Amino acid sequence: MKHDPILELGVRLALPFIIIFALYVHFHGDYGPGGGFQAGAIIATGVIMHVLIFGLEKTQRLVPPSVVEPAIGMGVLIYIASGLPGMLFGAGFLDYSIFGNDHLHAHEWGIFAVEIGVIVTVCSTLIAIFYAFAGRAKS
Amino acid sequence: MEILVDAVLLTLLVVITLAILFQRNLFAVVLLAGAYSFLMASIMLVLDAVDVAMTEAAVGAGISTALFLATLYLTHGKEYLQPNFKFQSILVVVLAGGMLIWGMWDMPEFGVMQAPLHENTAPGYLDASKNHLMPPNVVTAVLADYRSFDTLGETTVIFTAGIGVLLILRGRKKPKKSKNKAENSHET
Repeated sequence: MKHDPILELGVRLALPFIIIFALYVHFHGDYGPGGGFQAGAIIATGVIMHVLIFGLEKTQRLVPPSVVEPAIGMGVLIYIASGLPGMLFGAGFLDYSIFGNDHLHAHEWGIFAVEIGVIVTVCSTLIAIFYAFAGRAKS
Repeated sequence: MEILVDAVLLTLLVVITLAILFQRNLFAVVLLAGAYSFLMASIMLVLDAVDVAMTEAAVGAGISTALFLATLYLTHGKEYLQPNFKFQSILVVVLAGGMLIWGMWDMPEFGVMQAPLHENTAPGYLDASKNHLMPPNVVTAVLADYRSFDTLGETTVIFTAGIGVLLILRGRKKPKKSKNKAENSHET
């Protein structure tokens, strides 16, 4: 894509807000609509927008594929790992009651841990698929 | 007022669908599909399903439009007309559509409180979050807490789908691949 200063400036301005909005959707998921899946999709949208305007090479310098692709599996591992403490302390897999004394806060921490796994997997999967498509288009 | 909004959105949905059917320029079809997703997101918003609307806007309108455009870059931007009209395919479409409509008759009416959905499990979830046993957002509580095994399965599905697509797109490693591509992927 040829350089277009208006588009580039627009992306530069919008991208921080997109990322912050995604993080808000993620960390506010207990109280407002949203959660890990939505946040991951929004972050991936931001990265893809960066690819469309600045080109694949510049984006891959910021978000290298060597980080994105292992993260697909890491997310699932984080999810499973957040279920293991429950088993260790005799409560059962993915039982959140051991994360705190207060019932509500224990479950909030549990949901938080699990959603980290979801956001990592969703975000990195979408970015990796787009990288694969864009990499083919270039060659 | 809400009925008016619904009517406008659904009418636009039908118009865009017809436009997609009769459009032969695939670039226009991709953009119309993006508009379709945005309309669907608006409809989800009207139905108070904000999280579904966010997903639809990000994945449906954003990412899949970009993926379609990346695909169009590799192929031709024009759909070839198929002059021969196949009777079997019409039969399959009519049968499948008829079965869907037939199945719809058994569904409870839209928005009725006596629907089985609102009488069996949902009140329990709502009570738990009302009594501060669970986070206030019931959807998150159901997805990540009550049904966290299901969500683990869904995360694994996304993982599997992603790995599958990557394997298909990469394919066999060709020896004459360009240098920077090999550098990018040698660590993975």
